[in-house]
Amino acid sequence: MTIQEEQQEIIADFEYLLNWDDKYEYIIQLGKELPLIDSRYKTEDNLIRGCQSRVWLHADFLDGKLSFTADSDAIITKGLVSLVIKVLSGHTPKEIVDAEITFIEAIGLSSHLSPTRSNGLLSMLKQIKLYALAYQAKSVHS
Amino acid sequence: MHDTTTISDPALNIEHLRKDFPILDQTIYGSPLVYLDNAATTQKPEAVLKAMDDYYHTINSNVHRGVHYLSQRATEAYEGSRQKIADFINARHNHEIIFTRGTTEAINLVAASFGKKFLQAGDSILVSAVEHHSNIVPWQLICEEKGATLRVIPVDDNGELILHDLHRLLEGVKLVAFNYVSNSLGIINPVKHIISTAHSYNIPVLLDAAQAVQHMEVDVQDLDVDFLAFSSHKLYGPTGIGVLYGKEEWLNQLPPYQGGGEMIKTVTFEKTTYNDLPYKFEAGTPDMAGAIGLGAAIDYILGLGIRNVRQAEHNLMTYALDTLQDVQGIRFIGKADSANRAGVISFLVGDIHPFDLGEILDKQGIAVRTGHHCAQPVMDRYCIPGTVRASLAVYNNREDVDRLAAGIRKAAKLLLG
Repeated sequence: MTIQEEQQEIIADFEYLLNWDDKYEYIIQLGKELPLIDSRYKTEDNLIRGCQSRVWLHADFLDGKLSFTADSDAIITKGLVSLVIKVLSGHTPKEIVDAEITFIEAIGLSSHLSPTRSNGLLSMLKQIKLYALAYQAKSVHS
Repeated sequence: MHDTTTISDPALNIEHLRKDFPILDQTIYGSPLVYLDNAATTQKPEAVLKAMDDYYHTINSNVHRGVHYLSQRATEAYEGSRQKIADFINARHNHEIIFTRGTTEAINLVAASFGKKFLQAGDSILVSAVEHHSNIVPWQLICEEKGATLRVIPVDDNGELILHDLHRLLEGVKLVAFNYVSNSLGIINPVKHIISTAHSYNIPVLLDAAQAVQHMEVDVQDLDVDFLAFSSHKLYGPTGIGVLYGKEEWLNQLPPYQGGGEMIKTVTFEKTTYNDLPYKFEAGTPDMAGAIGLGAAIDYILGLGIRNVRQAEHNLMTYALDTLQDVQGIRFIGKADSANRAGVISFLVGDIHPFDLGEILDKQGIAVRTGHHCAQPVMDRYCIPGTVRASLAVYNNREDVDRLAAGIRKAAKLLLG
């Protein structure tokens, strides 16, 4: 699936969840299911500091594709992190650099993208794009 | 489990006074608003909004400058507010009241001006472990500049300041700065004891009263405090204005904080002479509408009676602590009972992240604050990422508390599920 198709699928899934509590229950469940980041990657270097909640992000580059593992100390953030990873993991740096992340707003969680909320998710998206940019630049040079 | 039937607020009709705050009457995500973020800022009564509106509609003009009618009316209103504030905190003179942008600017003013004149390398400033960043960072800045050090009164597991070592802590200290009520824990500190102990060594004291003046009687002469700072917007007044009270003898010794209009007597390129108090510290055109709004807020509180406010909030705080302690997994950060607490209840539930809890409460129309509350050292002290803080104002009622308790239970069910 392309990044766009992954996002469409998430948006479609959320359309069945009419109440806010159903929506949150689902996100919280995703947060609980998120495969934990390998503890050796849960380092200060991989920590993306938000004002309220923290996110750890680790990137792997294999066969021209990037994959991510992550964790957060807040469960709702973690659920959203899990969705971001589902959408972006397994794609090439170029695809990730070019991708526009629209699903968070579409499912009504845009408050998590507010810069004043600074809860780690927005910083994590920026960090993923930076990784992708770095690997894209590397592959151009090599 | 607990008997709350004996608690009543005969002096204030809360349901009636809630109508003075039009913002409270709205729904958030389909639920009626429960506003419990009053330690961040309080809502404004109609009387404050009207006073500011009237000012702009009828007498707006620059103060102290114009010979004309409107300027004189505006000056009267502005200075009238200063008098109201002086009376409100029982200052000896109205020129001991300096208008600032808020508590933060008031503390910065003292830190900069007092530090410039009195602080030298090797000296210390003493703060407490439960301060807001606004009462830490200004002192750090001036200490760094002067080669002085910042010393800290420690706090115990319950949130109470540890004072048995106070005499030793005061050695070499030039000024003590601490809060009347902790913004993160809500605990009322033993202010008189600390002030009198500092005074026994002739050390002046600045009190951050940002979380106190809206909840209880504050009498600067009775406290014998040297400087006191508070913000209008936490006292039912407008944002952008606050107060520095300083004893005349101290304010006269301090150099000006900022230069500009209003604060001067004569200016030549060789030498400028400064104006008298309070204008020496009020450079530039002041926030006239803000000052007048603050005056109206004080009129409003005095209309209710500050003792009645204290009693009503005390009753509600007792009810809130009783009600919340029945919530499974809740733990209070800061253990004071309602007699030693003002406004704030900080808590965590199980191992739920405060941010998650705050977000689920928000979805139920309940406004609380989550995070470190600009008091990171307090959170570090208790090894927690932050707390959920519910903070009360005079317009809160038992229904708000019940909704909070039910909201927490619902959030816990969702998050721990």
